[in-house]
Amino acid sequence: MRRGPSAIVAAVVLALLVAVGLVSGSQHILTLTIQTMVLAALASSWNILGGFAGQISLGHAAFFGLGALVTRELWLGGTGLGVAILAAVAITAVAAGIVGVPMLRFRDIYFAIGTLALGVAVFITAGNLWPGITSLPAEDLRNYDFTGPYFVALSVLLTTVAISLWLKHSKVGLGMMTVRDDEEAAGATGVDAFAHKMIAFVISASLAALAGSAFAYFSVSYYPNFAFSVLWTFEAILVVFIGGIGTIVGPLFGAVFFIVGRDLLPTDIDEFQVVLFGLLFIVVVLLMPGGLTEAAERLVARTRRPDRETTAEEPTATKGKELI
Amino acid sequence: MTQLILQSVVSGILVGGIYGLVALGLALAFGVLKVLNVAHGELLMLGGYASFFAFTYWGIDPFVSMPLVFVAMFGFGVLLYLVLFRFVTRTEIHTRIKNSLLISFGLVLVLQALAVRFFTADERTISTSYSLEAFTIGPVRVPVVRLAGLVVAVVAALALEWLLSRTRFGRALRATSEDWTRAALTGVDVRRVYLIAFALSAALAAIAGSLVSLGYSISPSIGLGWTLKALIVVVLAGLGSMRGIIVAGIFLGLVESLASVWLGGQYREVVALVLFLVILSFRPQGFFGRAHA
Repeated sequence: MRRGPSAIVAAVVLALLVAVGLVSGSQHILTLTIQTMVLAALASSWNILGGFAGQISLGHAAFFGLGALVTRELWLGGTGLGVAILAAVAITAVAAGIVGVPMLRFRDIYFAIGTLALGVAVFITAGNLWPGITSLPAEDLRNYDFTGPYFVALSVLLTTVAISLWLKHSKVGLGMMTVRDDEEAAGATGVDAFAHKMIAFVISASLAALAGSAFAYFSVSYYPNFAFSVLWTFEAILVVFIGGIGTIVGPLFGAVFFIVGRDLLPTDIDEFQVVLFGLLFIVVVLLMPGGLTEAAERLVARTRRPDRETTAEEPTATKGKELI
Repeated sequence: MTQLILQSVVSGILVGGIYGLVALGLALAFGVLKVLNVAHGELLMLGGYASFFAFTYWGIDPFVSMPLVFVAMFGFGVLLYLVLFRFVTRTEIHTRIKNSLLISFGLVLVLQALAVRFFTADERTISTSYSLEAFTIGPVRVPVVRLAGLVVAVVAALALEWLLSRTRFGRALRATSEDWTRAALTGVDVRRVYLIAFALSAALAAIAGSLVSLGYSISPSIGLGWTLKALIVVVLAGLGSMRGIIVAGIFLGLVESLASVWLGGQYREVVALVLFLVILSFRPQGFFGRAHA
């Protein structure tokens, strides 16, 4: 798709999101939208490492959790929210830089297993060190206002999307995709594979921490280790693949689909929602590697006149196509 | 203190046998099909429930139902292969590993949710008349069912070893895992080998599940934890090495058990995971694997 229409669509969606935040009095809609934005941001952050650089991380929740933990502790401790979030992102970036060195030496499957082990180890440790529930003070609770968390989540999402967009078209981002497609060939053409993976890893982790901050600011009460739960990694991966891996809109579309779908499906049988999403995920991986974004695009292309169809045929490295 | 350590050593060895058994199935699927089935722990969970319900509703002793569970899960493995993993094995090796990881992750979600729906989230243990029996060697207490678990694990490993090294099918299987194209050229029916290896892997997981529900406990969410244990053991033993797996399993059990003596039970898994990462960093071929594996 060309740049013009998608920029208009993006502007309309953004205007709608701002309007919902300012006008909507429905707690249900605000909660759903915040959840969607947090998940979309988290999924987009995973997509930078998994979709652009091709490294399937199963330990992403560790960084989401770390971001949430630092933000929450500092903010409830009296630090300003902005400072708390910046500190959370900075600490996570450093942590990612440190663990990235051994992790990124693992290739392919070993990277997935290694990050899974790291994620689980961090989850258990967080649960041991911070066993108590974290709740907002009663006073804040009485005056709880959705507007703050809403616009924090929106800003977090916009930042993440902006960085993804920039990366996708930058030299660094192209380098990442070269590494993803063929690490040896990338090395042969002068792309430092390790450095590019490292940049992707640190940016991805920092943005996950940013999403974690939004979660920490939004949530009324939760056990600190909940933010480290492997569920967050799983949901991010689910959303990225269902939406379309390696694209900008894929993770966003996937998150909307996931949260709205979960809300619309009957809630008396929770488990069937998971079953449906799990099956959909399997179908996507097996049959539609470009995800729903690509499927929708094909549909659009088919309804158009054949001479315009060719514009959608620009090949990208993911065997899929991008919308933005 | 000595008694505590001795007791921990024994518990570690006993649980380690099961770690080895779980890893055996995972390694079989990985070695032969080159698929990483992260739903392996869920297959274990299903096997555990099969034994549990067979005992609770029909009063079938878990050691009697074990062969039945083995056969039933072998069948389920055939089904899973035909419906899902068959499609993955058609792609080249890198895509194969990645896609199998992804679809089996989808399978994790599905099986776990179905288990919660139909079996409830309660923790279950098979309590037979002999469940609490134990004998003592000096100061150390050895629970009978856990010891039986170790024995079953070792027997299963020996049987698999025999199958691999002494039978015609085992030769076809080894040839396929070395290089499936060359195996196919020499007349091996690669798809049949894949099918049986995968089904066998599921059946081994199920046996381990029976032992877990007998000596420990099961619930719908135990899968990931067991998969992780199996992955650790497989990497410790070295990918592609079948022989070292039970030994590596026992080693992991021992490390965890001793770690919980000094650091407290809550860090037992963390120690294992960190040890795993360290070994993966410095000796990626594992203890028993060849350097290039």
